[in-house]
Amino acid sequence: MKYVAPSSVEEATSLLSSSPSAQVFAGATDVVPQIRAGRPAPEVLVDLKKIEELVSVANDEDKWTVGAATPTANLTDDPAFSEEFPGLTEAAGLIGSDQIQNRSSLGGNLCNGSPAADSVPAMVVNGARAVVAGPNGTRVLDVAEVVTGPGQTSLDADEFIVEFEIDRIPARTGDAYLRMIPRTEMDIAVVGAGARITLAEDGSIEHAALALAAVAPTVVRVPEAEAALVGNTADDETLSAVADAASEACDPIDDKRGTVAYRRQVAGVLAKRAVLIAIERAQQRNGTN
Amino acid sequence: MARTHITTVVNGDETEFLTEDSTSLLNALRDEVGLTGAKEGCGTGDCGACSVMVDDKVTCACLVFAPEVDGSTILTVEGLADSGELHPLQQCFLEGAALQCGICTPGFLISAKALLDKNPDPTETEIRYALAGNLCRCTGYDKIIRAVQEAAREMRDQ
Repeated sequence: MKYVAPSSVEEATSLLSSSPSAQVFAGATDVVPQIRAGRPAPEVLVDLKKIEELVSVANDEDKWTVGAATPTANLTDDPAFSEEFPGLTEAAGLIGSDQIQNRSSLGGNLCNGSPAADSVPAMVVNGARAVVAGPNGTRVLDVAEVVTGPGQTSLDADEFIVEFEIDRIPARTGDAYLRMIPRTEMDIAVVGAGARITLAEDGSIEHAALALAAVAPTVVRVPEAEAALVGNTADDETLSAVADAASEACDPIDDKRGTVAYRRQVAGVLAKRAVLIAIERAQQRNGTN
Repeated sequence: MARTHITTVVNGDETEFLTEDSTSLLNALRDEVGLTGAKEGCGTGDCGACSVMVDDKVTCACLVFAPEVDGSTILTVEGLADSGELHPLQQCFLEGAALQCGICTPGFLISAKALLDKNPDPTETEIRYALAGNLCRCTGYDKIIRAVQEAAREMRDQ
């Protein structure tokens, strides 16, 4: 196995094009355990962390740009980012211990393709886009389009994510992420729920996004729950419709960490709670009550 | 297999070693540099026994490929004591019996130092979260938490 650390996106894409079995990595927090578990090691490991764009966090008037290999600790330690996207920040901050946080990245969490990836529902509800580099330049994908199944992505072997673009959060908008694990810390989501709510000036819900992790082969949006929320307030009837839609959207596995029935029920409960937190945060922005 | 030449600063000393690209930082430290304080527990980033600081960030040395640290500054448990005098964390772990078999201790000491560097006065909850990536199968953790609290107090009083 050969280690290479290109210093530019172009250098990295040409390396990937010329070595078919090359694999990119950021923090290696998934790559190393997978190799140790018996997955064949790639001939060439391409370290993306020495490329400036991959490890930068910046914003302008329109959007935030987060390098795909940026350690998630850099996001949780960034007061401006975490103030604007508390839900995404909480999700990113749930990935493993402090040791892992200094290595784990949004790009790695997404491209590892785990159905239980904590940051993915939170990116999806915030409309995050992935800027993908390849031999013919870059293309932009919605984050929701990247993962196609457990461990599988829509990226070609010679492509990788350079950065994520997330539009600046509009007024009266808040995001939230909750996950259920059997322990307090250091576990993989049995269910994860990300929500983002925008309120109209009269306090009713103008826009809603809800996405669930660990209940299907990929992260799933729940359009029926979103439709139930828009135009309403978070009354019991609406929340009950959200919970039912979330449970219905599940196509979960049955394992020692959670049965199908358990995951379905918890998905409904977490969806409701995440929506309520997102509404509370939306109310705090611009003082709508 | 060609070996790569790596230049680092380990525990304040410029340190050079040769390594294969697939070697972990943990194995390079133990086998090439001769620092056996960091331990391999799981080899997959779960147990924290291999915790070291790389450029002031605590990380699992088993998840780092050795060539990644070329040009970096590394702190291992061997670098905590100052001219033969134990670091307050080490002294408090000893006095508080915060170790039994000792395998996890170097990792706990490094993680605790990383915490106190950022937060000199952590609450018990903050300590427990900061040390959640370090597993100990002997002590039940309470003595470790108390040792970190005591060391934090001493360091604040200095």
